[in-house]
Amino acid sequence: MKNSSPKTAQEIQQQHQDNGKVVHNPWRQLRSFTDARIGLGRAGISLPTAEMLAFQLSHAQARDAVNFPLDLAALCEQLEDFCASPLHLHSQAVDRNHYLQRPDLGRKLDQASRDQLSNYMRKAAVAAELHHDIAIVIVDGLSSLAVQKNAHPFLVQLLTILREQPEPWRLAPISLVEQGRVAIGDDIGELLNAKVVLVLIGERPGLSSPDSLGLYLTWQPKTGLNDACRNCISNIRPAGLSYQDAAQRTLYLLQEAKRLNLSGVGLKDRSQDDVIEHQTQTTNFLLSE
Amino acid sequence: MSQSYRYTLGSKTYQFNNLAQLMAKATPQRSGDSLAGVIASSAEERAVAQMTLAEVPLKTFLNDALIPYEDDEITRLIIDEHDTNAFAAIAHLTVGDFRNWLLSDHATSHVLATIRAGITPEMAAAVSKIMRNQDLILVAKKCHVTTAFRNTIGLPGHLSTRLQPNHPTDNVNGIAASILDGLLYGSGDAVIGINPATDNVAQAIKLMRLMDDVIEKYQIPTQSCVLTHVTNTIECIEAGAPVDLVFQSIGGTEATNSSFGFNLNTLAEAQDAAQSLKRGTAGNNVMYFETGQGSSLSANAHHGLDQQTCETRAYAVARKFKPLLVNTVVGFIGPEYLFDGKEITRAGLEDHFCAKLLGVPMGCDVCYTNHAEADQNDMDNLLTLLGVAGCSFVMGIPGSDDIMLNYQTTSFHDALYARRVLGLRPAPEFELWLAKMNIMTDTQQHILSDTLPSQFARSLKALSGGQP
Repeated sequence: MKNSSPKTAQEIQQQHQDNGKVVHNPWRQLRSFTDARIGLGRAGISLPTAEMLAFQLSHAQARDAVNFPLDLAALCEQLEDFCASPLHLHSQAVDRNHYLQRPDLGRKLDQASRDQLSNYMRKAAVAAELHHDIAIVIVDGLSSLAVQKNAHPFLVQLLTILREQPEPWRLAPISLVEQGRVAIGDDIGELLNAKVVLVLIGERPGLSSPDSLGLYLTWQPKTGLNDACRNCISNIRPAGLSYQDAAQRTLYLLQEAKRLNLSGVGLKDRSQDDVIEHQTQTTNFLLSE
Repeated sequence: MSQSYRYTLGSKTYQFNNLAQLMAKATPQRSGDSLAGVIASSAEERAVAQMTLAEVPLKTFLNDALIPYEDDEITRLIIDEHDTNAFAAIAHLTVGDFRNWLLSDHATSHVLATIRAGITPEMAAAVSKIMRNQDLILVAKKCHVTTAFRNTIGLPGHLSTRLQPNHPTDNVNGIAASILDGLLYGSGDAVIGINPATDNVAQAIKLMRLMDDVIEKYQIPTQSCVLTHVTNTIECIEAGAPVDLVFQSIGGTEATNSSFGFNLNTLAEAQDAAQSLKRGTAGNNVMYFETGQGSSLSANAHHGLDQQTCETRAYAVARKFKPLLVNTVVGFIGPEYLFDGKEITRAGLEDHFCAKLLGVPMGCDVCYTNHAEADQNDMDNLLTLLGVAGCSFVMGIPGSDDIMLNYQTTSFHDALYARRVLGLRPAPEFELWLAKMNIMTDTQQHILSDTLPSQFARSLKALSGGQP
């Protein structure tokens, strides 16, 4: 078979649209105001082929983010610079299927993991009981992609600014958790005798954000706390909250939690106040004359 | 007094300790009931529970409250407002008889409307558990529930849409862009409803004014709503904001609603306040409620009931306040409550049927999250089934992708598909407007205009500084 000259994606799309009598929407220019999928055009009243396939690709990426297991070997390699031997832990949810249907199991460490943490603490304690300031816990959550892509570059930023602080923060070894949910950090922080636990977790993937990393801070973690005891920084990823901004906000929360001796609803994250866009803007183009 | 139930199958005797357990075990499979530990332990036990439930007289539900009268204001609402006269026509029936009666030719739309007030949520839930999907569709289609504010929702042969122009930072031009996209695809007759990213009174007022101004400028026969907490909306009304509809998420137990931060008195206060504004022109249904199976379990407020029975009790709350719109957000809660497309589909049909049977103007957020075992094809199926069943309204969002709430619901295109294949039409007042604005060149055939309607073209032109 003879190869025809390859067409670019745009050319293919243009050809589909021209041949298929696709009606374009001139208001597609309004996408400068929103990431919403506006102005898609239509074939009759249905989605044009290119838009339909683009949606399916987005969904496929989000599904893969949920279903692909975390590549622990690759993650450990990335983390080598600042943690030679991370702790490998697992929740009580044995596999993804259990994990999705039993969130309660994803919040608890399995017995082997609890034993591992206890052994670590016993061995590491030389003279007196061992204390840590911060336990960093990396959890697959609902997007392994988010963790794989964003956990390491975010930690590079965070650990750099933590080292610059006048009073040093003593770090526990990093924990890596499979099939975990946010509250599993409570078990880990408590067993590691940490003042505060930072859980980095893959958030529920959105169609246009399959790689969103969340950070949850809990002061004085112990088993059984609820979400009112936590502070959250969401959407850490290149197209969302930058690593540097996220690290600065984490430092702010750490300092405030230490000062107030608490986290959660009592700790207001005022570092966000200037983030909400266009607080004063009230007019929009639909109302212009 | 709660009694136990027995059923002997061959040499095996099944026992169900009380009515709540019988109801739970008779429920078609779903992950939330497994999570709650109330699910049938085998397929056979479920089938036997359904046969046992079919023998329970409807009267039993009036005497054997699943959540005690003393403990729960929704139980008190259900019992105190039960209409014995309306019930008389079906008082002699068992649950199994009731299914036959509902499917019978005797049960016309008119007859079904006359018995509504005699049906309790538990009766509706019980009979739904022994109905197949086609039964749920057939009977729901016979139940006509019509409401009105600036247009009329729920007329037979009509399917309305909520235009949902959410934006992750409430950017007003971003919201306006999605509103324009929706209007030009014929969406928004049920309501233009925004889930605010920043949930406070000042922000809600800003968004209410935005939508009020757009509705006024383009003379759109529809209503607006900011989906903020009911107590925020009461404050908005006190501050003089243009409130059309009052929103609240509701559940089927008092403890669920406490966890949401309101009770029945709060809703009554809000309804009074909104009605006092007299902003409706076609009617004065001012409430908009959202529900969804699993919310009670999620709030640890389910009293050992299955999630569908809890959900149906929420419709008693809804009908008390004569809402314009109620929708079940069926696939939003996640796979620990409804695991896959099959469970989501079943739940959507159950919720729509039970609500319509009770006289609640039910729509559906046909939706899923990316961690559920579901995709666009499942949504196409449920949308089509609900369209056949006479669902009052569905959501409309650009390209199915809610960039604020991070889930997928029906698009503007989807609603036009359903209207075209099923011959359904938008609210009549809105349909006239679509024709007048030249958004549709043929409203009967759902044919959109190929050119940009002039009034919208002017707004776009102004935006690009006069450039076409």
